[in-house]
Amino acid sequence: MDLPFHAQLINLFAALLLLLAFAMLTQRRILSLINLFAAQGFVLVLSTLVVAYSTHQSHLYYSAMLTLVLKVLLLPWIMHRLIRALNVRWDVETLINMPATMLIGIVLVIFAFNLATPITQFAGTINKSTLGIATACILLAFLMMITRRKAVSQVIGFLAMENGLFFAATSATYGMPMVVELGIALDVLVGTLIFGVFFFHIRETFESLDIHHLEKLKER
Amino acid sequence: MNVTSGIIFQVLQSVLVVLIAPLMLGWVNQCRAWLQNKSGAGIWQPYKVLHKLFHKDAVLAHNASPLFRVTPYILFGCMWLAVGIVPVLATSLPFAPAADVIALVGLFALARVFISLAGMDVGTSFGSMGARREMMIGFLAEPAMLMTLFTASLISHSTSLATIVETLGHREFVIYPSMAFAAVAFLMVLLAENARIPIDNPSTHLELTMIHEAMILEYSARHLALIEWAASLKLTAYVAIGIAIFVPWGIAGAGDWIGLPIALAALVLKLVGAGAGLALLETVSAKMRIFRAPEFLGTAFMLATLGMLIHFLLER
Repeated sequence: MDLPFHAQLINLFAALLLLLAFAMLTQRRILSLINLFAAQGFVLVLSTLVVAYSTHQSHLYYSAMLTLVLKVLLLPWIMHRLIRALNVRWDVETLINMPATMLIGIVLVIFAFNLATPITQFAGTINKSTLGIATACILLAFLMMITRRKAVSQVIGFLAMENGLFFAATSATYGMPMVVELGIALDVLVGTLIFGVFFFHIRETFESLDIHHLEKLKER
Repeated sequence: MNVTSGIIFQVLQSVLVVLIAPLMLGWVNQCRAWLQNKSGAGIWQPYKVLHKLFHKDAVLAHNASPLFRVTPYILFGCMWLAVGIVPVLATSLPFAPAADVIALVGLFALARVFISLAGMDVGTSFGSMGARREMMIGFLAEPAMLMTLFTASLISHSTSLATIVETLGHREFVIYPSMAFAAVAFLMVLLAENARIPIDNPSTHLELTMIHEAMILEYSARHLALIEWAASLKLTAYVAIGIAIFVPWGIAGAGDWIGLPIALAALVLKLVGAGAGLALLETVSAKMRIFRAPEFLGTAFMLATLGMLIHFLLER
């Protein structure tokens, strides 16, 4: 293995992203979940900066700044406020127990790595092998959305999925056009705000944030 | 390689590690005391305990079998052999080809089987309870430990610890993301295997949740001393394996007299750092319920497996 140093750094950040994705998958407390989400955003910022520096793509600096402001500061702050207002701290009941979730997670990672291998053989970017990790992050976030019951952790899963997509974009194609990136950032922000409103409505109607209750909804 | 100096190095390392193992335990306990705002018993306390225990008369239960009596010696022998195999001071020692990492894990398993049998031998409820728990922790920790060691083996293309250390220690600096995963997994296994805080509390024998202490409740005097000494040797052996795989810099080659003082200084520095880190980790974390232990060790196994997967994806 004789990769240049910045490619090694990006590989390290990719591994950290995967580690944080697993940590979020197995985390029970919502507060720690939000902190892990912020940490994942921060690793994303660092990896974007390294890609920007090593490939001299100046627009990636802007997207790194955008990620920093939005995913490390603003979104965690909104989520913190939300859970304080809703007074939810715990999300104990997962649908599948933790060791089984972890095993499914490992299977997903193997699947993602296998899926990405033929694609990366044709890629010419400096850090082509990270596409597998980005795919794994997306699938793990999916799994988290499936296994959680409470609406708040499902939304965090959704946001974590966006993290994975963003990482795939920066590592595989050196980032999306600025217009697209701004659009997605705005979408995520507005989405979170609307979800916040939804949380209150769900709780007012069912007196719980457990989306299990939504299944019983029927017309009268 | 000069055979004579190789043997001298081997003897030097084995004797040195046996002598400093209680000191390592004392240092960890002293750090813990400092972190908890206590004055602590001093780093020489384990030697005083050993001295006291060796001068007492041994008491045995009426229905104790010979197995109960020989277990402390077997345990001590296993751990001593383990620290002889792990490259602590120097690599390529005469003992090193005797066992690779898989055999080393087997050696620890042998010790575990005997201590568990001895715990059940007298027939007290505490003993058999501790033995059952020990076996449960062991069968969960072993796969994680092997996976961790395999990650290092994959990078260095060998399962021999000496070769792993030489490959990882003497090459230009490369970041291995897989090794970061393996290091975290190894740390978790180390805590579980050495009856440290998230799994077991080493400083009590008054709890219903104890594991290691429950098995050795029936032992006294020189038998107990040997078991305690073996426990501190096990801790030192695990820390030494961790150092050998994850921070191997500064280790001497066999028969390399000039490298010896540097290796010794590096070893002392690393052990002091590792002990302080261990104490800090034990202070900030709380003991978890015994039923959460499978989850803890399952996470360790998962991390080790991820490390291997990442090695295949990123580092080939």
